Amino acid sequence: MNDMTPVKLTPKDWETDQEVRWCPGCGDYAILKAVQRTLPDIGATPENTVFVSGIGCSSRFPYYVESYGFHTIHGRAPAVATGVKLANPALDVWIVTGDGDGLSIGGNHTMHILRRNLDCQILLFNNEIYGLTKGQYSPTSREGTKSPSTPFGSVDHPAKPAALALGSGARFVGRGFDVSKNLPDVLKAAHAHKGAAFVEIFQNCIVYNKDVFADFTEKKNADEGQLWLEQGKPMLFAKGAKGIALDKEKLTLKVVEVVDGDWEAAGVIVHDVTNRSVAHMLVEMPFGAFPMALGVLYDDPVPTFESAIVAQNELAAKGKVPDLQKLVSQGQTWTVGKGGPEL
Amino acid sequence: MATAALDPITSATTDASPEAVVVRFAGDSGDGMQLTGGQFTLSTALAGNDLATFPDFPAEIRAPQGTLFGVSAFQINFGSTDITTAGDAPDVLVAMNPAALKTNVKDLKPGGLIIADSGEFNDRNLAKAKYDANPLEDDSLAKWQLLSFDISKLTMESVKEFGLGNKEALRCKNMWTLGLALWMFDRDRQPIIDWLKDKFAKAPVLADANIAALNAGHAYGETAEIGGAGLGLKQLNIAAAPAPEGLYRTVTGAESISLGLVAGAQLASLPMFFGGYPITPASAILHHLSRLKEYGVTTFQAEDEIAAIASAIGASYAGSLGITSSSGPGIALKGEAIGLAIMTELPLVIVNSQRGGPSTGLPTKTEQSDLYQAVYGRNGDAPMPVIAARSPADAFDCAIEAVRIAVEYMTPVMLLTDGYIANAAEPWKVPDMSGYTPFPVTFLDKAQEGGFLPYGRDEKLKRPWVKPGTPGLMHRIGGIEKALNTGHIEYSPANHQAMTELRRDKVLGIANDIPDQDVELGQKGGKLAIVGWGSTFGPIYQAVRRARAKGLDVSHIHLRHIWPMPKNLGDLLKSYEKVLVPEMNTGQLKTVLRDQYLVDAKPLNKVSGQPFRIAEIEAAIEEQLT
Repeated sequence: MNDMTPVKLTPKDWETDQEVRWCPGCGDYAILKAVQRTLPDIGATPENTVFVSGIGCSSRFPYYVESYGFHTIHGRAPAVATGVKLANPALDVWIVTGDGDGLSIGGNHTMHILRRNLDCQILLFNNEIYGLTKGQYSPTSREGTKSPSTPFGSVDHPAKPAALALGSGARFVGRGFDVSKNLPDVLKAAHAHKGAAFVEIFQNCIVYNKDVFADFTEKKNADEGQLWLEQGKPMLFAKGAKGIALDKEKLTLKVVEVVDGDWEAAGVIVHDVTNRSVAHMLVEMPFGAFPMALGVLYDDPVPTFESAIVAQNELAAKGKVPDLQKLVSQGQTWTVGKGGPEL
Repeated sequence: MATAALDPITSATTDASPEAVVVRFAGDSGDGMQLTGGQFTLSTALAGNDLATFPDFPAEIRAPQGTLFGVSAFQINFGSTDITTAGDAPDVLVAMNPAALKTNVKDLKPGGLIIADSGEFNDRNLAKAKYDANPLEDDSLAKWQLLSFDISKLTMESVKEFGLGNKEALRCKNMWTLGLALWMFDRDRQPIIDWLKDKFAKAPVLADANIAALNAGHAYGETAEIGGAGLGLKQLNIAAAPAPEGLYRTVTGAESISLGLVAGAQLASLPMFFGGYPITPASAILHHLSRLKEYGVTTFQAEDEIAAIASAIGASYAGSLGITSSSGPGIALKGEAIGLAIMTELPLVIVNSQRGGPSTGLPTKTEQSDLYQAVYGRNGDAPMPVIAARSPADAFDCAIEAVRIAVEYMTPVMLLTDGYIANAAEPWKVPDMSGYTPFPVTFLDKAQEGGFLPYGRDEKLKRPWVKPGTPGLMHRIGGIEKALNTGHIEYSPANHQAMTELRRDKVLGIANDIPDQDVELGQKGGKLAIVGWGSTFGPIYQAVRRARAKGLDVSHIHLRHIWPMPKNLGDLLKSYEKVLVPEMNTGQLKTVLRDQYLVDAKPLNKVSGQPFRIAEIEAAIEEQLT
C-alpha cells in the first residue's frame, strides 16, 4: 500500500446535499440506491464520473449523485454525452433517461449512440408512462392504456426498448428492475462493458402507473415471472422446474418442463452472452407466455466510437505541425510587390 | 423599392480599356460552370485585379439537362479599382445552351456581348428552354452583340486524339470556354494547366484532354476569323488594381470562417469540437474543418441538427470549444439547445449561413432574414451576442471575435453569414497571425475563496468554467433555473428575477468590450446615413461612394455587432436627418434600430434571392435626398 491508493468510497460518498424530490415510494429511489451502491464497487471516482440526463422524472437523477452532472433537454442526453466523451474520453459517462425521453422525443439519438457504440452506460428507466407531465401514455405503454390523453385507451403498439436497442446495433443489452437485489450486478456488467451498454430498468411509477410490472416483480410472482440470465448457465426459472429451449421447427424459443433437474434432456439453452441470434429472441420474448428475461441478455464488445475518432484524429495529424500562419497562407497564393502581383 | 437601373460607371466592351468588367458564365448544371468560374477567378486574382464573385446555382444536384431551372451561373466582377460587389449587370454573358441564354440574357447590359454555343441550340434544347424560334437566328438579340459558334463541335475536335467517348469529350467544353475567356482578358494559362494536372493526376488522359480543350479555346480567340463588321472578340487588358504589398489568396466565406474558428480556438488555447449536420449552404464549413485535425479539431457529423448542437454543448461542458453550424431551418431546430447553453452559461459558437426562407425556402439563394431569429428566436428571455460578417475576408475576423466573446463571457454567440458570403470568393491579404492577441482560457481548478460557487461571477458577470475531471469541484448544471451563485435548482420568484437580469446584463455588458461604431464612408452627422449589416456591404459601399462623388450628403455605417450594439450607435444614428436600412429581408435590422434608439429608420428591402445591385441602392439614396 502507498499513499496513491485511493480510499474506498462508500455509497454515502455518492450522495449530494440536495433533497431528493421524487414522489414517496417512487421506484427511482431504489435505482438511485443501486447506482450509489455500485459506484464504489467499480472503483469509480466522483471527479471522473459524469451523469448526463434529459427531461423527465428519471432525468433528475444527476442532481442526487455526487459527481459531475448535466441535466440537459428533453431527449438529447445521448447527444450531449457524445460531445462530453469525445472531448474527454477519460471520463466515465452515464446516461439516465426514460421511456418518453429516450424512445419518443429522443429515440433518434438513442438509436445513433448505440450504433456508433460510444463508451457509456445508458440507463433507461421504463415505467410505461409520462410521469412528470402527469400521466399521459408513453411509447412503451401497453395497448389500451387509459390516460388523460387516451381516455378511451391507447391504440398504438408499444415499443420494446431492449429490442430497439439490439436492432440499433447495441453490443450490450441488460435488464433489471428498480427494487431487484440483482440490479447492481447488471450495472456492474454494463460498466465493465467497453462500449455503449444499454440497460432497461423497469421502474414502478406509483402515482400514474402503479404496479404495472407486478406480474413479475412481486415476490409471489418472481419464480414464474423472472428469468435471470447468467453466462454459461442454463436458462432456468420456476426454481429450476422450467427452462427456455429452442423450438427447432419454428426457430423460436419455447418454455419446457424440466424433470428431476435434467435440463439438458429438456433441451434448455445455456446462456451465451455473445450469441446475438438468441439475444434477438430473448428481447422479443412475449411476457405472459414466457417469463421476463432479466440480467445480461447480450454482451459482445467491439471497438468504441470515441477510440476510433481519437485514432483517426491522431493518424490524420501525424507528422503535421500546426502552424496558423501556414494554414491561412494555403491555397494558390500570389504576392503583390512594388511591381504588381506574381505567383 | 427595387429598381433595375443600369450601372452607369462600369462599362466594358468599348475600345478603351475599362476599369471593371462583369462576366457571367451560364450553362447547364452539369456543364461545370462553377468550376470554370472558380478557375477564371484564380487567373483574375493572379492578374492583379480586384474582384468579387457570385455563384448562383440551382437547388437540384443534377436538374434535367437543358431545362430552365437547371441553369447554373457564375458571375465575376473584376477591375483595376476597388471591387466590392459581383457587379450589377454583366458586360459579357457566356451561354452554353438555350436555357442559360434565356434565363440570363435579360440581365446583360445593352450592347453587351453574348458568346453562345450554337451546337447546343438544337430543336430539342430550344423546346426545353421554351423558345419558339432559334434566338441566334432571328433578331431577338439585336440590342446585344452576339457571337455564336459551335463550341461543342470545336471541343470534340480539339480532344479527338485522346479517344474519349462522346460524353467525356463534351465535358471538356467548359475548359474550351475558359481558354477563350483567358484569351479575351489576356490571362496566363499556366496556373490552370497546373491545376488540371493536379486534379486529374490519376487520369492523365483526362488532364491532357482538358488542357488541349483549354488551349484550343485560347487559340480560337487568337486566330479564328471572328471579327468583322464591328463585331467580335476584342482582347481587353484590365490593369491591375492597386493593392497593399503582401501575400494574397482567394478565399470564400466558408473557408475564412473555418480558418477563423481554428485561429480563434488556437488563440483561446482550446481544442475545438465541431458538431454539424449537412445543410446547404453551411456544409462547406464542416468539410473544411474535418481536414484540420492537426489543429486539435474534432468534427462530428451528428444524426440531426439538434444532436449537432447538443454534442457541441457537451464538448464545451467537458472543456473544448464547442461549435455548431447550420442554416435557418437547422438553427430553428437548435433553438431549444441554444437556450440550454444560455442557461448553463457555456461557451458555444453557432454559425448561421443564412438562406432564403421561411421553411425550406430557397436553399441555394441568399437572404438576410434570420436576424430576428438570431436576436430573439428562443423561448424565454434568452439573450445572446450576435455578430455578422460583411464579406468572405471579414468573416475571418468575425469568427475570431465570436470565439473571443464566447469564452470571455461564457455564452453562446451566433455568427451570421449568408449563402452569398459562404460561396463567393474574393482576394484576401493573408493576415499576419502574430498581430492577433491571444486570449487563453483559464479553467477553474480549485474552489474560489470562501467556497466553490459554480455560478459565482467575476466583474464581467462571467461564471467560472470547470471541467469534469477536476477533483473537488463536482457540481450539477442543467436547464432548470438555478440559484444565484450555487447553481442549485431554484424556482423562487426573486431568484428568477435576479437570474434573468444577470443573464441580460452579462450580455449587454459586452458592449463595453467592443469597438465604437465607425463610419465607413462619410462622417458623423448629415442628411442621410445608410445603415447595413452582413453581405450588403459591397453594394451599399459602392452606392454611397458614387452618391458622394456626385456631391450628395450621405454616409455609410455597417454593423458587425448586431447584439449587443456598440454603445455609441444611438448617438451616431441620431446625428443624421434620415436613416435608410437596406436589407435582404423585410426590415429586420430596421425594426431593431427603431426599437433600441427611437430613430425613424426607413427600410429598403429586397428578397429576390439575389444580392442588391449598386444601382438599386443608389436610386434609393437619390430618392431620400430629393
